[in-house]
Amino acid sequence: MTDITEIQENASRSQWWDVWDQFKSHRGALIGAGFFLIIVFGVTFGPWLWTIDPTYIDIRARNQGPSFAHPFGTDQLGRDTLARMIKGGQTSMSVGLVAMALALFLGTFIGVVAGFFKKLDGPLMRLTDLFLALPLLPLLLVMVMLFRDTLSSIFGPEMGIFVLMVTAIGITSWMPTARIVRGDVLAIKEREFVLAARSIGTSNQKMIMRHILPNVLSPIMVSATLGIANAIITESALSFLGLGFPPDFPTWGRLLFDSVDYLQQYPERVMWPGLAISFTVLAVNYVGDGLRDALDPRIRGR
Amino acid sequence: MLNFTIRRLLLAIPTLLFISLIIFLLLTLAPGDPTANLPLSIPPEVKQQIRESLGLGQAWYIRFVLWVKAFYITEPLYLIESLTGWDVYGDQQRVLSWQFRSPVMDIVTQRLPQTLWVVGLAYLVGALIAVPIGIISAYRQYSMFDQIGTFVSMIGFSVPTFFTGVLLIVIFSVWMPLDSFFWLPSIYDTTLEVTNWETFVKQVRQMILPVTVLALFNAAQISRFMRASMLDNLNQDYVRTARAKGLSEKTVVFVHVLRNSMIPVVTVIALGVPQVFGGAIITEQVFKVNGLGQLLITAIQASDIPTVQTLTVIFAALIIFFNLIADILYGVLDPRIRYD
Repeated sequence: MTDITEIQENASRSQWWDVWDQFKSHRGALIGAGFFLIIVFGVTFGPWLWTIDPTYIDIRARNQGPSFAHPFGTDQLGRDTLARMIKGGQTSMSVGLVAMALALFLGTFIGVVAGFFKKLDGPLMRLTDLFLALPLLPLLLVMVMLFRDTLSSIFGPEMGIFVLMVTAIGITSWMPTARIVRGDVLAIKEREFVLAARSIGTSNQKMIMRHILPNVLSPIMVSATLGIANAIITESALSFLGLGFPPDFPTWGRLLFDSVDYLQQYPERVMWPGLAISFTVLAVNYVGDGLRDALDPRIRGR
Repeated sequence: MLNFTIRRLLLAIPTLLFISLIIFLLLTLAPGDPTANLPLSIPPEVKQQIRESLGLGQAWYIRFVLWVKAFYITEPLYLIESLTGWDVYGDQQRVLSWQFRSPVMDIVTQRLPQTLWVVGLAYLVGALIAVPIGIISAYRQYSMFDQIGTFVSMIGFSVPTFFTGVLLIVIFSVWMPLDSFFWLPSIYDTTLEVTNWETFVKQVRQMILPVTVLALFNAAQISRFMRASMLDNLNQDYVRTARAKGLSEKTVVFVHVLRNSMIPVVTVIALGVPQVFGGAIITEQVFKVNGLGQLLITAIQASDIPTVQTLTVIFAALIIFFNLIADILYGVLDPRIRYD
């Protein structure tokens, strides 16, 4: 990503300004980006603004509705829901971002290698097809069941399940990125500037880093947004099925799962985590939509 | 075309075997012992006997071959025998579930109808809603209808099914008074047998919520594809030609454009079927439908390895099968992309 800032500093009017102009004209994407930033800031700096400990049990104040002391109410043990939402958001967002980064890294790596080196194209694409034919949700459930205890004993209960979640989601969602990147690399490889670079003796490594990667940045950015949405939903789904983070370590999916038990008595309690997941994913999807339009030179400038 | 179909079919077999192997290895080589949950007072030699009775005494590759034989040869033979009455099955070992002590496939056939009813109906409803919405959205691009349709499909696409499900339960089962006409049950009663009009109404009412949740999600995805595909075709030259010939707008849109736009959409619909089964795992959990997804979850929680293995391979087989169908459909619908 350092390339972007460099380009912006050097040229007065680079393509990234055109991209930004097009992105600005997509109102949904702009609102989505704003909302996403607010959520990220909220869960990062929230603990300083809202200082109640999310694990503090105040049994006398249990099952309360919204009030000044507890704007989102309290749960069945009297823990403050707002504090738990912030804590849960931290986990959900970091799982989403790290899993997306892992999937993106794997997908880009495999895509570039498959597109650039002809010999590896066949085997790597067969591997991608194979991964696409795997039933992902059942496999994720199985992986969580099998490796939860081992990883918990190595990294501790919280870090262990975090590592497991991120790896499991990362290695099951790199395939679309790999396919798109490979296609673009195949097209770029035939262009004249690659031939020119090759003729002055550019090594393969330099060629990929300097010439290929910056040119496939746009599809990677679009799949990054979709990857965040996918990772957040997958993590919440696993937590919702009770196979995610442990109960004292809230995530949005886990909070929703816990609230479902009190659906009859306190139906409003499922709203907070549910709305948080839904709006975040909606925002990210809108950003992805806007980015796709903005990065497509055929639409841009029309 | 036939050549291509046969080639793809032959390629599907090693893929399926390889995926079975991956799942098997994941389940076998993972840490954890199926007898670990038994009481500590059981002596080690008895534990060893239990392990052997579960079939864990042999090396993993022997167990894999045995499982492949049981799943891919014995189970189909048993199915043939129970359907036709021919004596082909004999007395071979079937895949046994550790928690129910009965053949896994028998449990699967018990659970399958619930899943198929809910999932199948939801997919059908979703597709039936999505196609007209996609057509109108594309035909009147940027109109009010299109804007709202795109927004709603974006919501349907983003809001996870476990939240839509819970939300609908809150609205229709919790907030709605019990005696109201709009009150709907939140728990799917699978013991209900449809014998008369009253039970039929009951069955319909308990299916409304799960089907709506899944249908909304499917409709959102399919309508996006339908709209994009219609838009691609509406600007083509052949559409202008058709209009210039003086064909009515109805003929242009429904005969010329729609038929061509349906080609990618049909394959997308075919490709989406296995995903829907995966998504149904969550919906079944929300509405307490005891279908295949619920069976998988309970098997995972009970460390019932043979059931988990069989179900996961069934899901994989569904994906491979529908990929095959999509490929063949593509060739049938669009003669330009036949591969021979």
